[in-house]
Amino acid sequence: MEALMEPGRGVSERFSKLKGLAIAVAPHKGCGSSGGSGKSSCGSSAGSGDLPPDVWEKVKNHPCYSEEGHHHYARMHVAVAPACNIQCNYCNRKYDCANESRPGVVSERLTPGQAARKVLAVASEIPQMTVLGIAGPGDPLANPDKTFGTFDRVFKAAPDIKLCLSTNGLALPDHVARIKDFKVDHVTITINMIDPEVGARIYPWVFFRHKRYVGKDAAKLLSERQLEGLEMLTQAGILCKVNSVMIPGINDDHLVEVNKAVKSRGAFLHNIMPLISAPEHGTVFGLAGQRGPTAQELKALQDKCEGEMNMMRHCRQCRADAVGLLGEDRGAEFTTERIESMEIQYDAGKRQSYRDSVEVERSARRAAREQELLTLAGENSNRKILLAVATKGGGKVNEHFGHAKEFQIYEMSTAGAKFVGHRRVDLYCQGGYGEEDALAGVIRAINDCVAVLVAKIGACPKEELRKAGIEPIDQYAYDHIETSAISYYRSYLERLKSGAVADVERGDAVIRQGAFIEVGAPAGQAA
Amino acid sequence: MPYKIVASQCTGCSACEPECPNKAIFEKEGIFLIDPKKCTECIGFFDEPQCVAVCPVDKTCIVDKSLPRYQK
Ligand code: SF4
Ligand code: SF4
Ligand code: SF4
Repeated sequence: MEALMEPGRGVSERFSKLKGLAIAVAPHKGCGSSGGSGKSSCGSSAGSGDLPPDVWEKVKNHPCYSEEGHHHYARMHVAVAPACNIQCNYCNRKYDCANESRPGVVSERLTPGQAARKVLAVASEIPQMTVLGIAGPGDPLANPDKTFGTFDRVFKAAPDIKLCLSTNGLALPDHVARIKDFKVDHVTITINMIDPEVGARIYPWVFFRHKRYVGKDAAKLLSERQLEGLEMLTQAGILCKVNSVMIPGINDDHLVEVNKAVKSRGAFLHNIMPLISAPEHGTVFGLAGQRGPTAQELKALQDKCEGEMNMMRHCRQCRADAVGLLGEDRGAEFTTERIESMEIQYDAGKRQSYRDSVEVERSARRAAREQELLTLAGENSNRKILLAVATKGGGKVNEHFGHAKEFQIYEMSTAGAKFVGHRRVDLYCQGGYGEEDALAGVIRAINDCVAVLVAKIGACPKEELRKAGIEPIDQYAYDHIETSAISYYRSYLERLKSGAVADVERGDAVIRQGAFIEVGAPAGQAA
Repeated sequence: MPYKIVASQCTGCSACEPECPNKAIFEKEGIFLIDPKKCTECIGFFDEPQCVAVCPVDKTCIVDKSLPRYQK
């Protein structure tokens, strides 16, 4: 583990031994071109929280696992493993896999050599890139040679990049030893059930040791292998996160049991994601009209499972081959052709100093948050509200309402601001004019919020939001999210006391069906 | 009769390729093909044709009826 975190010495030497690489000064651009400046600290509530210190040390810079980390650090996925050994009813591999239910767009398939080269090219231009993941399309462990072949090349050339993989777990017990050898320090298993009755409705079949199993046998086998794999990882000291897809009417209540089962076997995080399902995805669920959960249903389940365990609430089900800070897709900058012709210089020192500066920012941020929290000390309301925030990242209220592709949602209480998730929306404002439908969609997506904090907002949408009972707030433009949210909440409580605002329950909100992709990107997807 | 792959249905996922006991499956420009001379219908190796069992798209690996049955 230490070796992984250390700035790699002699990296370019080792790197230059990789076949067909030209080493020269890299054209330096890209860092912080949008939202990734990393100048500020994070706006989410959980810092180290209740994680054990050694676990926090491992995950704090991991954009997928740490709520703090995802403002400053980026992960990338490479698609090297297209084959899969099971079938999920929420996946349509005719178009693309959504390994672990990540709705992806058809992504390029890379050989291990191409993938490693891409990783190093990205890492040399984007110091925030700290994590390489192999997930879909397909199951990394159904393609062990491709997966470990990629890890091997990256590990040798850039030991400071953390490696992680996502798997359905069927082949996991066979590969734990190798995962350990390659110092893979994060594994995600998608576990949607522990009861074969439930499983039979999610998985039509699994392929195991030269045989196809169907029905409850398939689900039983899968579940046993998943839990065995999880136990083995825990034994081996490898961090393991569990993803679950919430499928209303099939496994929604059951996921509370899953939560207990994985907790007791040592999973350090449990991420419950909504089923993304529409007929045009061509999945079994999509075609059958199986719906996904609403925002409130999802939150209620996450709350139920929270207990002693960390729930992950900022997963955006990002594209499998996304590059950049979470939510910010720079994949298009790094096409295979471009990388073939690119000259790469891997500068471990520059990467380390970036991480150092982030640490400084982070502690300053934490101190400011503590300060602001003191102002709530006198309040003893048990009134909780949800706030939506338009942000480009960096932990600030820095996005124009009309440009927001998603909103961060914070739950406010006298304990402070708690980050509870993202809501994706279709761009309300494209090229300067707003569309009625899109605005209605945004309102539906944040309908359970009392207010929306934005950097800027036009008069017309302001009016519509007010009508819908959502207060548009632009007075905190470019301020830090948490301090702004706490300040808003304090004024809200005051107005509540004086009767200036009515105490009404907000309704539910709708989860947008579709992948988080940039406008203009190909929209094919499967969930 | 050896098996064949219906090209229009194949996702190119490559899952079948390593499962074939006869190395009869190969890739050509993104799609996968079965060499009918090598395919033994998995007879002598497994109870079910491996390409059929692992393929994510139903009725994509099918018997090629235009060719004679495999002879042991
Ligand atoms: S979602 Fe992943 S695990 Fe499920 S069938 Fe698709 S590729 Fe396989
Ligand atoms: S039936 Fe068996 S031998 Fe023939 S191509 Fe498929 S896997 Fe290979
Ligand atoms: S398993 Fe099926 S879909 Fe995948 S490559 Fe083979 S024939 Fe094509």
